[in-house]
Amino acid sequence: MVENRPAATVLSHLTLILGVMIVAFPVYITFIASTQTAEQIVQQVPMSLLPGNNMLESYKFALFGGVTEYGSRLQPALPMLTVSLISALVIAIGKIAISLLSAFAVVYFRFPGRTLVFWMIFITLMLPVEVRILPTYKVVSDLGMLNTYAGLTVPLIASATATFLFRQFFLTVPDELVEAARIDGAGPMRFFKDVLLPLSKTSIAALFVIQFIYGWNQYLWPLLMTTDESMYPVVMGIKRMISGGDAATEWNAVMATAMLAMIPPALVVLLMQRWFVKGLVDTEK
Amino acid sequence: MAAISLRAIQKTYGSGPKSVKVIHGVDAEIADGEFIVIVGPSGCGKSTLLRMVAGLEEITGGEIHIGGRIVNRLEPSERDIAMVFQNYALYPHMSVFDNMAYGLKIAKVPLAEIKTRVDKAAKILELGALLERRPRELSGGQRQRVAMGRAIVRQPSVFLFDEPLSNLDAKLRAQTRLEIQKLHRELGITSLFVTHDQVEAMTLAQRMMVMNAGRMEQFGTPEEVYQRPASTFVAGFIGSPPMNLLHGQADGARFATGGQTLPLPAAAPRNGELILGLRPEHASWGDRGAGTWELQVDVVETLGAERLVYCRLGDTLFTVRIDGMLPAPRPGDRVPLGVAAERLHWFDPSTSQRIA
Repeated sequence: MVENRPAATVLSHLTLILGVMIVAFPVYITFIASTQTAEQIVQQVPMSLLPGNNMLESYKFALFGGVTEYGSRLQPALPMLTVSLISALVIAIGKIAISLLSAFAVVYFRFPGRTLVFWMIFITLMLPVEVRILPTYKVVSDLGMLNTYAGLTVPLIASATATFLFRQFFLTVPDELVEAARIDGAGPMRFFKDVLLPLSKTSIAALFVIQFIYGWNQYLWPLLMTTDESMYPVVMGIKRMISGGDAATEWNAVMATAMLAMIPPALVVLLMQRWFVKGLVDTEK
Repeated sequence: MAAISLRAIQKTYGSGPKSVKVIHGVDAEIADGEFIVIVGPSGCGKSTLLRMVAGLEEITGGEIHIGGRIVNRLEPSERDIAMVFQNYALYPHMSVFDNMAYGLKIAKVPLAEIKTRVDKAAKILELGALLERRPRELSGGQRQRVAMGRAIVRQPSVFLFDEPLSNLDAKLRAQTRLEIQKLHRELGITSLFVTHDQVEAMTLAQRMMVMNAGRMEQFGTPEEVYQRPASTFVAGFIGSPPMNLLHGQADGARFATGGQTLPLPAAAPRNGELILGLRPEHASWGDRGAGTWELQVDVVETLGAERLVYCRLGDTLFTVRIDGMLPAPRPGDRVPLGVAAERLHWFDPSTSQRIA
């Protein structure tokens, strides 16, 4: 709708600004809290909405850990961020690789039970991690994969959503392209590498964004299968930093870690978005 | 350079009681360097036949020889062929150069050689300025030329064309038709060209194969097909407007049809039930002695250079094509039509085949 009415413009801007504020305000609070000291946060009620002067110390404390004023130890966030980054990358890349290959097999090869295989993959869409978490845990622990990167990532890699998405995309690739490649002498894998992969670039970028965030935000699964502190991802680490009971919580460090945990997914979205838009603008079909 | 020989080619889809037979045994010998057009209505199996030669469809029965080799079990890339598809099938993410070079790269042809060959093909097809473009930046006609270029650089012994002109507009189609003819004259490569368009078939073919319902109805030069159609199907398919086909009873030099008895310039080949064929352009306007028919005009269509006069003959319409300069007859007029014996075609009504 293209209209030129000042009242409507003001109204739509107000709505948008309100929306942004609702989303952004908690992030702002988190940031403010991370720039203050733990005492300031606890003692000033309500909390000041202006940045404090403890920012560097808070982040250093959060990243590298240390001993609190009350003598308890604070786990450093840096190793946790590394664990998160590695598992999110492995999950995203693994999901894309597996889904591309399985969609390729389902669409381009005729083998007995092809439809059955496809529907079985499809049905697993209805089984998110939470539903199959106990059997998965049993399998992973029997294989001795507790507290390993393999255990953190492999059970999350199989992806019906991505397989389905790539299948739908491959089905839109004209058959003549396959035939032209056959006449040109390209074998199946050559065709996959030279034709299908470049054509799927846009979908791969989109899926990478989605799956990276999915991997980064995993909470329940790591909570269940990691017991070794060196394998804690950051999302879980934040929760563990908030101590219950009598112990004091280092809120500034918690908030700083939360801010740090937000950065990689935000970066992925920002960087990939440019690709994404580019892919959408010059559709190569 | 290669001759092609098709021996009792059959194609069946599916198996068991549900199977559908789409090609019922096609035999043809195609000489080296010939330009053959396979023509027929949609669903007649012409594309299937071409795709079997290409190796994109499995052959259910019979043998295909290319250049003296049986190719039934060979992959398309091993058959020494190149194909131009109806929608061109260019790789959308590759430049024009890469599209043409892709097959050669896979065949591990040295880069310098690839460059020479692509440049040469680009020169023939006037694609030189477009080599860096992507297919989406090209017009339909340019894409079509790239598709031909991709076929040329392979230096195959057979070209296969699957309705390559049907996505072009009329003007471009006529122009490309001429280009294909020129190209064939220069390169002299055996070509199979599938089309449903009889103008393309007539203008391009050295010999044409008319197909209907999975059978080859006739295989001959365009003149033969036009002048001596082998069956009522060919007679009705080639020529525009189509040949008039009259079912009736012959008795010496008389032919009874649609409630009228028409005099013939010479006796029919036999008496009894027959189909008589006469092309609209072969009935001459005016009196011609022995074989003059009198028909009543029903509708007249004026096309400028010519007029189509539809005359009533029982419950069928008999089409006559006359010079546009002649005065238009009025509906209801009775007009005399001269018919020459050598212009008449006779078909057997039970087999639809030509009689003598």
